[in-house]
Amino acid sequence: MSAPTFGVVVFPGSNCDHDAYHAVKHVLGEKATFLWHKDTDLQGVDVVVLPGGFSYGDYLRCGAISQFSSIMKEVVRHAERGGHVIGICNGFQVLTETGLLPGALLRNRSLKFVCKQVRLRVENAETDFTRRYEQGKVLQIPVAHGEGNFYTDSDTLRELEDNGRVVFRYVDENGEATEAANPNGSLNNIAGIVNSRGNVLGMMPHPERVVENLLGSDDGLGVFASLAESITGSVPALS
Amino acid sequence: MQHEPVVTEEIARELGLTDEEYQMVLDYLGRTPTYTELGMYSVMWSEHCSYKNSIAVLKTLPRSGGKLLVGAGEENAGLVDIGDGLAVAFKIESHNHPSAIEPFQGAATGVGGILRDIFTMGARPVAACDSLRFGDPANPRVQYLVKGVVSGIGHYGNCFGVPTVAGEMYFDSSYQGNPLVNAMAVGIVRHEQTASATAHGKGNPVMIVGSSTGRDGIHGATFASVDLSEDSESKRPSVQVGDPFTEKLLLEATLEIIREDLIVGIQDMGAAGITCSSCEMSAKGKSGMDIDLDLVPIREEGMSAYEILLSESQERMLVVAKQGNEQRVKEIFEKWDLHAVTIGHVTDDSMVTVRRDGEVKGVVPADSLVLGGGAPVYHRETRRPEYLDTTMAFRPSSVPVPGDVSRVLIDLLSSPNIASKRWAYEQYDTSVRTNTAYGPGGDAAVIRVKDTRKALSVKTDCNGRYVYLNPRKGASIAVAEAARNVACTGAEPMAITNCLNFGNPYKPEVYYQFKEACAGMGEACRMFGTPVTGGNVSFYNENPNGAVYPTPVIGMLGLIADIDHITPSAFQQEGDDIVLLGQNHDDINGSEYLSRWHGITGGDAPHLDLDEEHRLHGMLVDQIRQGRIRCAHDVSDGGLAVTLAECCFIGEKRIGAEVTLPVGTIRKDALYFGESQSRVVISCASDQTEAVLAAAMDAGIAAQRIGRTGGDHLVINDDINLPVSDIAKAHGDVLEHMLESR
Repeated sequence: MSAPTFGVVVFPGSNCDHDAYHAVKHVLGEKATFLWHKDTDLQGVDVVVLPGGFSYGDYLRCGAISQFSSIMKEVVRHAERGGHVIGICNGFQVLTETGLLPGALLRNRSLKFVCKQVRLRVENAETDFTRRYEQGKVLQIPVAHGEGNFYTDSDTLRELEDNGRVVFRYVDENGEATEAANPNGSLNNIAGIVNSRGNVLGMMPHPERVVENLLGSDDGLGVFASLAESITGSVPALS
Repeated sequence: MQHEPVVTEEIARELGLTDEEYQMVLDYLGRTPTYTELGMYSVMWSEHCSYKNSIAVLKTLPRSGGKLLVGAGEENAGLVDIGDGLAVAFKIESHNHPSAIEPFQGAATGVGGILRDIFTMGARPVAACDSLRFGDPANPRVQYLVKGVVSGIGHYGNCFGVPTVAGEMYFDSSYQGNPLVNAMAVGIVRHEQTASATAHGKGNPVMIVGSSTGRDGIHGATFASVDLSEDSESKRPSVQVGDPFTEKLLLEATLEIIREDLIVGIQDMGAAGITCSSCEMSAKGKSGMDIDLDLVPIREEGMSAYEILLSESQERMLVVAKQGNEQRVKEIFEKWDLHAVTIGHVTDDSMVTVRRDGEVKGVVPADSLVLGGGAPVYHRETRRPEYLDTTMAFRPSSVPVPGDVSRVLIDLLSSPNIASKRWAYEQYDTSVRTNTAYGPGGDAAVIRVKDTRKALSVKTDCNGRYVYLNPRKGASIAVAEAARNVACTGAEPMAITNCLNFGNPYKPEVYYQFKEACAGMGEACRMFGTPVTGGNVSFYNENPNGAVYPTPVIGMLGLIADIDHITPSAFQQEGDDIVLLGQNHDDINGSEYLSRWHGITGGDAPHLDLDEEHRLHGMLVDQIRQGRIRCAHDVSDGGLAVTLAECCFIGEKRIGAEVTLPVGTIRKDALYFGESQSRVVISCASDQTEAVLAAAMDAGIAAQRIGRTGGDHLVINDDINLPVSDIAKAHGDVLEHMLESR
């Protein structure tokens, strides 16, 4: 299949849209386009990126209003067809609000916004989002959020853990998922999860911010490179 | 329809105009003003808008030349050419008074206001900095202010999507009750896409865009132009409320209308709202405006002309569109779910005419209201403050040299003024927009410029204690240190913006500080070739207990010619040589050490030689460009020992050092903790040391190899031998412990 196209959704209040676009297009060298929230056409993109930011001002609840946007109806259909969707930070919040992913992102345990470099262990390197990483590799990727405290009921948590759906976990410098390494109070130090079908990923840390060594690390590039490889190398999503 | 009060001298006084100023209004108009007109004069001639007590002195600063594309005060922000067809717009502004009353919204709207100044220039904001001053952090009220201000800054900047990358946070009892909250923003624009704050072309539509107008912040500018008192709490309604989400939409829509070349001019509505923007744009374009206030979208019932004109509701702009483009402007704003409403048109009579309820409520000559036009200009009296006799009389021989300097070092590292500000900056998004090569915690922040090989280096700086002890030299040091900071990252200092925080200008002692500080700042700027691109004056930072330290905060812009030259502050490798550039002096004056260890705020400001400082910057940047220098960190608060300690632990890796400093010629405490200026600690590969020392000698800069990196201890002579983990800990969690533990 030809090179994949990434579509970055622009909600009012998205502010990491340009960063995701830059990572995919200028650093990875893949095709990228913006998708306006009022549009109803995904323009045939292979991957939908729901970027970070404060969509609709994060009024009501983070990500809550976005689910009613025109574009999200199409994103849901895209996901139901098996198309790839990645939600980063506010995008993860949108995915849980939309119901494409389980759980909720609560206010950080500290009750404060937190922006810092954290360590993530790749818990499942067999997903379409992580196949370029080694299992268990520890990545340095920043978080920047006020509501990243992943929470879900115990059955869902077991379901996520037992089926390899926890993709990234916050760990310390020794690769251990300690309390101190958890920046927001997430259950089981969970930083990112996939849906059961494996085509929708949500993560609080920002891989698009660490794709160039000039900015401290390129550990995040693997997420986008994995997606590109998954799409060109596997059966394309029906559309 | 509302009836306005009949204007009398008494009412003029209530609105803050002096009798002389009221007479000026009568002379300009040739009649008694209406109440609405009086309100316009009152707010435009407030200190905040008119700079009436500062402009004469500000004009003595170097305000043009270098790479400046517009001179100071000509536009919403300064504009500096950085090559590649790009320019940098940057400016700093205070929001001290609002933050003293309502810290969260006060600080948030301070950030919002400065961001608007940047994007009305057509520039996309790429970085924000914040320079903060508070009283004793052990005081509960101060803790409330610190927490509110920091979360307010984060709230606005994080949502807007600008990385907050640098700044300072000082604590001193002089700021008790009068916190200083200065916000700086930096943006990038293509030369051909810059916008101007002007109105011309008879018949061109005048549009108000962004949020609707409410009663919030009426007379905020006037409130900012008096001392704080017990009554200030009742001025809480003068504090505006910010909405960063709306501002983000306003940013995108504004940049779109500028990119499509639809407009003649645009100005942010900050202080004095529609009044200020309409008068200033008209005066700049030598034209007038006829505005129908009935057309302004309002969010409260029954607002009078006076209220609409003086409202400081946030996230609004005044736009003069090119005739025929109105519809397109509206489409763009509607796309972003914002108002864009035509409220009048440009005239050629140089008058601002305002209508409400079908009646003309005011007709005033635009020029008579504005700074540089008819606004009053005062030359105030100065008197050298008496306290200087006492502070200058301090003799170092009156204090003993401590026996255990290790203890002093640990104590200084844990001083709130020197300790890590991580508690604050982890609440700020520092990496959004993916340009932050170095964020907070080092000498200066480094922001790469996409699509070029260049990077910007930005820093705010001012040590108010130095300025208090010697206003002229202290202000020179503020410029020198900011320039040294950006030079340490590999940047050539380009230009400054300033935020001049002082007490009541009607007190001759305060005015002496102001005038002297401006003189010192001007001397330093001339020496370094860094003109003043604009900024802000904040007087009346005083309460019944006294004035703040005179605090002229410098926002410095530096340019790194190639991203390969970006240089960190901390040691990078084991086995590197450590070299001290610059001369140690027998000088503990004004130091954090003297203040904290001995409890004395005394002496002169520390030693500074501007010429030497300038040569140091040139030599340092040159050696960085030659690829010889692995890290550079300036010697500032806490002196050489604190600098060396920080080099060990503020980087990604912790690396120890063994250092030998020559003792005997100067006091040991001056050697370790003195704050004499023009010194930088660098590290380099050992085969580069000779070349660096030779280059320093050529530049006439003292330089000596003082040690080597490596191990996990910081060892200095026989005096200090501490595990790096211990000194890092002393520096690390101080603010968190002070502010979070109960």
